[in-house]
Amino acid sequence: MKGSRAEEKIMSGCAISGILNRKGNRFSGEEIIDSIALMHERSNGLGGGFAAYGIYPEFKEQYAIHMFYDDLDAKEEVEYFLNRHFNIAVAEKIPTREVDKISNPPIIWRYFAMPNEQKLSEFGLADDEYVAQSVMNINANYRGAFVVSSGKNMGVFKGVGYPEDIGDFYKLEEYEAYLWTAHGRFPTNTPGWWGGAHPFTLLDWSIVHNGEISSYGANKRYLEMFGYKCTMQTDTEAITYLFDLMLRKHKLSLESAVKAVAAPLWSEIERMEPKEKKIATAIRTIYGNALLNGPFSIILGHKDGFLALNDRIKLRPLVVAEDEERTYVASEESAIREICSEPEKVWTPRGGEPVIGLLEGREEVWA
Amino acid sequence: MAVIDAQGVYYRELNQEIKGLLAKGEKEIILNNVNGQRYIGDGLTEQAKLIIDGTPGNDLAAFGNGAEIVINGNGQDGIANTMNGGQIIIHGSVGDTLGYSMRGGEIYVKGDVGYRVGIHMKGYQDQQPLIIIGGGAGDFFGEYMAGGRMILLGLNRAEGQDIVGNYVGAGMHGGVIYIRGQVEDYQIGQEVKISGLDEDDRKELIGYLQDYCQEFDYDLEEVLDAEFCKLEPRSARPYGNLYAY
Repeated sequence: MKGSRAEEKIMSGCAISGILNRKGNRFSGEEIIDSIALMHERSNGLGGGFAAYGIYPEFKEQYAIHMFYDDLDAKEEVEYFLNRHFNIAVAEKIPTREVDKISNPPIIWRYFAMPNEQKLSEFGLADDEYVAQSVMNINANYRGAFVVSSGKNMGVFKGVGYPEDIGDFYKLEEYEAYLWTAHGRFPTNTPGWWGGAHPFTLLDWSIVHNGEISSYGANKRYLEMFGYKCTMQTDTEAITYLFDLMLRKHKLSLESAVKAVAAPLWSEIERMEPKEKKIATAIRTIYGNALLNGPFSIILGHKDGFLALNDRIKLRPLVVAEDEERTYVASEESAIREICSEPEKVWTPRGGEPVIGLLEGREEVWA
Repeated sequence: MAVIDAQGVYYRELNQEIKGLLAKGEKEIILNNVNGQRYIGDGLTEQAKLIIDGTPGNDLAAFGNGAEIVINGNGQDGIANTMNGGQIIIHGSVGDTLGYSMRGGEIYVKGDVGYRVGIHMKGYQDQQPLIIIGGGAGDFFGEYMAGGRMILLGLNRAEGQDIVGNYVGAGMHGGVIYIRGQVEDYQIGQEVKISGLDEDDRKELIGYLQDYCQEFDYDLEEVLDAEFCKLEPRSARPYGNLYAY
């Protein structure tokens, strides 16, 4: 990745941004691009991406599977698998446009599909679990193929480049979503490749992450016990799978999952009221291996909204704002003000303090 | 006086324009519609004034050495890194690591500040940096503080908002922190001693707060009409014997 900036020392960190319309009203990708683009200096052109929820209303019951393929052989092999295991309603190229700054994209394809009924009853799995296992299988066993996203009525658009150029490449102005999240990448520990850009997803969970997870090894081994395979050469995918495990499989509340990944320090637990203390102690004990150590700010997107969170000692930035219909989160306040100049409320959560944004009427589901 | 419309201007061009004007002898520049541009006012040695309307980006006023910078809005992270002189007045709230390694000059904030404010702040003889904060502060306030003064007033806090977080003055070995209110023992670093104010402390505090209150239209008497506590290091060399076996 040479270029005009190669000889400069670049002081940076990743950028994240998210916009939720709490009433479920959908809006185009232009604003999220403007927001993430304002933090251009936080990325270095080695990764950018977006998650969009509500973009496929005409196929909202189907799983939308976004794929990257290195070559046609990989595509042929995965399609053979998909055809045997899914009923595919539509298979098509994801529209892109030529953008000067984006080079060497993979083959980018999407499928709207449902699990094959016969296979489903043969394996005795629920739809979501069937899809999750299929995703793990493709990512671990099919050379040159990578599942970008696999949720319903949502999709991820990502690649190597600055996020604003990636958004342009995928024509995101033509999509309408009620929730957008975005990431500008500055990889420090792992390579910049198309599959390595954020968001990282499974089903309709998506994670954008600024920071690094030094507990990755412990988290990965823990996830492997539940059948998750970490294959993306990055710590961030482990966060996605941890939330899938705790929220989908174990049906924890969002607050409880937060207490696992950003557990209160033992010294804080000591000072809690008895009931709160008991809960916090139980979660730290049972989910000790889900604790995310290291600096992070993340946005977890899902079909009903988002969860934004910092590490416990707040080693990465996060700002939140609200106006009448929307909730905004970003690494910098200016990235919010770029698209909402006068929010009704702006605040910075404390380390480990979750910010939960939900669609109206969906609050009880996550309590 | 010069006026720059910063709307949509990339930070490099904006900062070049500011430095160009100052080099020509301009003494006061108003920057309108600033949003997210980084490094504004870094390394300024001129006795000049910048007035910023909007939300300036990270690393504002690093290595400042004489200029006066006013922000009519909120600031972001990393303001006044290693500041050596001058004055920064912020009419809103700011993010993390304000005044990191600050060694001179003054910062007034009307609202809240984030985590790690005034960490590694230092002072030498009459070169004593000063930070005064109207609202509350996050964790690691004055961590590794080695000199200077920090005053935290905790005015206009949201419901349930603590005046300051945990690890206040962890590793502190110089300087003084005044807090308008009380802090619990668990909130402070083990190197810190808490006490009430004596007459000299109170005189010093009034000296600092007069100008601050005037700047933001706070009522000095009201601000002073509260119990303050004083945090200072137990030792100037807390770890002097750590590696001496």
